[in-house]
Amino acid sequence: MCVDCNCGQPVAPVIEPPRHLEVGQRLLVHNDAQAAANRDHFAAAGVRVINLLSSPGSGKTALLERLARELAPSSPSVRHPMAVIVGDLATDNDARRLRAAGVPALQITTGQACHLEAAMVHRALHDLAHLGHPLAGLELLVIENVGNLVCPAAFDLGESLRVVLLSVTEGEDKPLKYPATFHSADVVVISKGDLAEACGFDAPLARRHLARVAPQARIVEVSARTGEGFTELLAALSLERVPVAG
Amino acid sequence: MHELSLMDAVRELALEQAALHGAGRIAAITLRVGALAGVEIEALRFAHAVVMANTIADGSRLEIEAVPAECFCAACGQPFAARDGCCDCPLCGRISRELLRGRELQLASLELG
Repeated sequence: MCVDCNCGQPVAPVIEPPRHLEVGQRLLVHNDAQAAANRDHFAAAGVRVINLLSSPGSGKTALLERLARELAPSSPSVRHPMAVIVGDLATDNDARRLRAAGVPALQITTGQACHLEAAMVHRALHDLAHLGHPLAGLELLVIENVGNLVCPAAFDLGESLRVVLLSVTEGEDKPLKYPATFHSADVVVISKGDLAEACGFDAPLARRHLARVAPQARIVEVSARTGEGFTELLAALSLERVPVAG
Repeated sequence: MHELSLMDAVRELALEQAALHGAGRIAAITLRVGALAGVEIEALRFAHAVVMANTIADGSRLEIEAVPAECFCAACGQPFAARDGCCDCPLCGRISRELLRGRELQLASLELG
């Protein structure tokens, strides 16, 4: 009861004014922490990790099939130096294609999720190890992200390199339409080079566009079908093969 | 539509801060979003209403502090607005490799009630 004037009224609840609180915290702080843990894990195992991003149908899986051929061990008894974690909304078609090419591949089916997060990759590493492909036995791990040129860009997975694919069938101006993703690329691969002429693809124009929205990125043109450009791609990924003498 | 995942992260961080400061209600949430963060503001607004329902941030205001993309031109010795994420200097035409800001994705502040 009121003790100020003895009016007999119940005490009014104290309404505090809203308080302003400066936070200034990165939204993806938890994903970033998991990505940092993944990165430490990769470094300890001595494995190079690529986060591969592109629109659906830009040729990510075909590129990896070819990369697997380029990196294939000389003897079938030697373990394959490369493994792939594939993210898709549905189906394990891509993982099956890669396994058919002799590459250990693990499919993450994301359901409705349009991107991979660092924690999903962490779980996939355990699954790969249980399947007999521990990180320590690998030279290269590729994370083939969900085909999407927007959402995956925000999520660090702990990769050593981020590679963004642009196929010649998509047109020279695609980088200008999706600047955020291209800005995050370490390497941009222009794929399906064997179709460039048929599509009237203007490679110098595409390179000029890429220079504006991905000035930091190294640009490589390849054809997974003919193998053109793969020596340069291996160099861009620091996976050069030293020719064996004799 | 990764904005739902992002808003989940906002809820987690905001509820953590509210608990830390003994607040029973969150009246407003301010996010700092760079032009090159790859985020659709309308999708964030939609996600905000869905994700905050039945929490102490239900009915809160979502405010967006937009950060434009900005590069630094070494030749001209000054920063410039990187419109549409393009890093060519409007004065000299050279391409800058120095992005000063524009990738921010942060919980800037909260109004606790």
